[in-house]
Amino acid sequence: MSGRQDEQTLHPPRPMNPSSSPIATITDPIVEVRDLNLYYAASQALRGISLDIPRKKVTALIGPSGCGKSTFIRCLNRMNDLIDHVRIEGEIKLDGQDIHDGSVDVIALRRRVGMVFQKWNPFPKSIYENVIYGLRVAGVKERALLDETVEKSLRRAALWDEVKDRLHQSAMGMSGGQMQRLCIARAIAVAPEIILMDEPCSALDPRSTSRIEELIRELQGEYTIIIVTHNMQQAARVSDFTAYFYLGSLIEYGLTKRIFTTPRRKETEDYITGRFG
Amino acid sequence: MATTSDLQTDRHLGQGNHKSAFRTDRIATGIFYAAGIFLVLLLFSFAGYIIYSGRASLNLHFLTTPPLFMQKGGGVGPQLFNSIYLLILASTLSVPLGVGAGIYMAEYARPSGLTRAIRLSLETLSALPSIVVGLFGLLIFINILGWGFSILAGAMALTILNLPVITRVAEESIKNVPPSLKEGSLALGATHWQTIWRLILPAATPGILSGVILVTGRIFGEAAALLFTAGMSSPPLNFSDWNPLHYASPLNPLRPAETLAVYTWKVNSEGLAPDARQIADGSAAVLIITVFLFNILARYLGKALQRRSRAC
Amino acid sequence: MPDLPPSGQSILRSARGSSHFLRETLGRYYATLCGDLIILLTVTMVAFITFKGLAAFTGPHPLSPLKFLFSSHWQPDAGPDEGGPQFGTLVFLLGSVSVSGLAVLLAAPLAIAASILISVIAPRAGENFFRPVLELFTGIPSVVYGWVGLSLLVPFIRNQFGGLGFSLLAGGLVLALMILPTITTLATDALQNLPGSLLEGSYALGATRWQTIHRILLPAARPRILIGVTLGMTRAFGEALAVQMVIGNSVRLPDSLLNPMSTITSVITMDMGNTVKGSAWNNALWSMSLLLLAITFGFIVIIKRLGPQDTKNGNHF
Repeated sequence: MSGRQDEQTLHPPRPMNPSSSPIATITDPIVEVRDLNLYYAASQALRGISLDIPRKKVTALIGPSGCGKSTFIRCLNRMNDLIDHVRIEGEIKLDGQDIHDGSVDVIALRRRVGMVFQKWNPFPKSIYENVIYGLRVAGVKERALLDETVEKSLRRAALWDEVKDRLHQSAMGMSGGQMQRLCIARAIAVAPEIILMDEPCSALDPRSTSRIEELIRELQGEYTIIIVTHNMQQAARVSDFTAYFYLGSLIEYGLTKRIFTTPRRKETEDYITGRFG
Repeated sequence: MATTSDLQTDRHLGQGNHKSAFRTDRIATGIFYAAGIFLVLLLFSFAGYIIYSGRASLNLHFLTTPPLFMQKGGGVGPQLFNSIYLLILASTLSVPLGVGAGIYMAEYARPSGLTRAIRLSLETLSALPSIVVGLFGLLIFINILGWGFSILAGAMALTILNLPVITRVAEESIKNVPPSLKEGSLALGATHWQTIWRLILPAATPGILSGVILVTGRIFGEAAALLFTAGMSSPPLNFSDWNPLHYASPLNPLRPAETLAVYTWKVNSEGLAPDARQIADGSAAVLIITVFLFNILARYLGKALQRRSRAC
Repeated sequence: MPDLPPSGQSILRSARGSSHFLRETLGRYYATLCGDLIILLTVTMVAFITFKGLAAFTGPHPLSPLKFLFSSHWQPDAGPDEGGPQFGTLVFLLGSVSVSGLAVLLAAPLAIAASILISVIAPRAGENFFRPVLELFTGIPSVVYGWVGLSLLVPFIRNQFGGLGFSLLAGGLVLALMILPTITTLATDALQNLPGSLLEGSYALGATRWQTIHRILLPAARPRILIGVTLGMTRAFGEALAVQMVIGNSVRLPDSLLNPMSTITSVITMDMGNTVKGSAWNNALWSMSLLLLAITFGFIVIIKRLGPQDTKNGNHF
């Protein structure tokens, strides 16, 4: 029957063989994901994802659009909670603790796992207020501490020199690249352990993109960064580890250098070399 | 109009047929223009007539002095004060409630029986004739609670009239706030309410504010809901006594209070002043000018705030 | 974690407390409470008016519902020797129907024609000029419409057509002017919300603008234009003061455009304050209020049947 055939072609490729999985090769992972399935109403968006994220490294998630990579990172700070009709199965552990456990405070989780979005979303407030928003909502009031955090975070995000004279002006008047770096500074300000970046450069020009990539390389070693990108060169440039997603499944995961030089799976190779569908 | 292309198709299709279609089109266009222009002329001459007829009364004396009994030259001072006082009280009551309900509908409501019931209630409330709201006020506040015809009862009736509009305006303004702001805030560890309070409400304020001003302008001219709640009389007011507990104090919420709109209605039927017609002309002009001012203010403030929030 | 910025980590951990949780809960409770209040208010209002409106049909001298609805015999103050008070409200019901019907008949064609100009023929002027003007006029107090009717229209009708001037015609004209901006705005919304592809598709087939309008656009926008017309009708039906001022308020069937008459709202406005609470007359007025409420519900049902409402429409309820 034709229906059956469709199913055949649409069915995702066999997921990674657990024996060749990188789970075992990463020691002291910060995030451990096991058998993660995610459903939007009736359709399944993530299929049996298992992987370990190494501490204080940059991990890139690549794959064609709609492959589930953004959905995946939104699981890590439970942003999918906001969407109706989403059902999640499986286990995600952050430092050994299941983030879906009833005792976990989702607010605290989101402070540990920061996020930078595809489209910069500065708040309609001053630059200063944008950076310390996370501290304000956590109830921090000491002026000196707030000032210090603003300077540190903006320096860390390589934005301080450009904006130090107009901290109290609106954040909306900056360039796209500056706004995206402000969003990174805003995430850094709450001192997260992990920063999730959901295609942070996809709406930026090449020059701003290279500044952000530079920034990611500088932050590496200090934070665990998980970056979703559809740009393979970017993944190759900034990441230590790369995971290839396709139709909701994790196809291959390993050291970036290895994935890009000697992919073990045919699908990965096709995608990387651009011979993809 | 695309006359050239129309004419080109002429060569391929039947000429006569097309010509008549073309002529009908021009006649129809003419009719639509005539209708639109007639409508606007009608409305403008209506407003012009009111303001022209009432022009003699548009002075400080008319606006500040009390009406005179059986005598010419009375003003509408107390009535104007009552209208403004009622409007402030009603807004103070209805804005927090309406914005709260708007927040609920935009942020917390899940598709459920409760949400559908609120939606249906809002539609019902906003479709109710204002006389029915006034009768409800009469029943509850005057007959059952025994407040007597009073400012407070009038303010409650106006609050009921306002609530559905403010709720809808708040809900729409909140839903117009980009969802990316909400995501950004939650991702930084803010709670839902913190996000609403610190980001969403400030961003929605221009829309809410201009909606509130518009609806305020409307209740300024409301009369049917007030006939049987705030009443049709105004006791002599002592404008040097601002203690709300004193009976003659303008601020006393339990005194009856005839508003400008109610007075405009009543002055014709009772006609105790020899210049009733002039008074009604003047009050109508004041009413319409006030409503226009509110409208312009809403437009201007909404735009100015929008610009500011974008710029800052 | 030594290499994290020292600023946040420790502070944030210590600043976490129950205060956020409390504020979150309070905020949500407040918003929910406001939502529930709206239901409570509506239910209370309907319940009280229903309860009060049914009083006339119960008690020692119950009114017959059939007589109440279908008799045109309204003599609320007739003594026992005249056969006792009569509370047939057909006169008022027909009065309300005819005056609001006349208003819609006068207003709707003009409003729809103007809305076509605004949305299809001159959309720029529509957005920048017509729409703000219409919005301005929807806010004009009804007593102002009533006053202009009384001071200008009534004498005009008297001089031109004879009679008292206070008439069905005066009421219909005043209400028509009052609901014109409402219907025009709603019909404009209806036409503007149509997909642009309809217009392009029809033009591309060589249709003229008029052909496109009356064959494609008007039929496509019909349900929502009808919603606008019904909302105008609802407003006209429930209007009290503007009508009461110009209609003459005499108890008679609306038999001529030029004769004075009464409506449900006008008689409630006139008599509610002058009758003794609990008297049969007063109770009959409350029953008429219930009738008005029921008819408003009828209009709501019609509007719901006509289709999903765009939120913009609600503004003009």
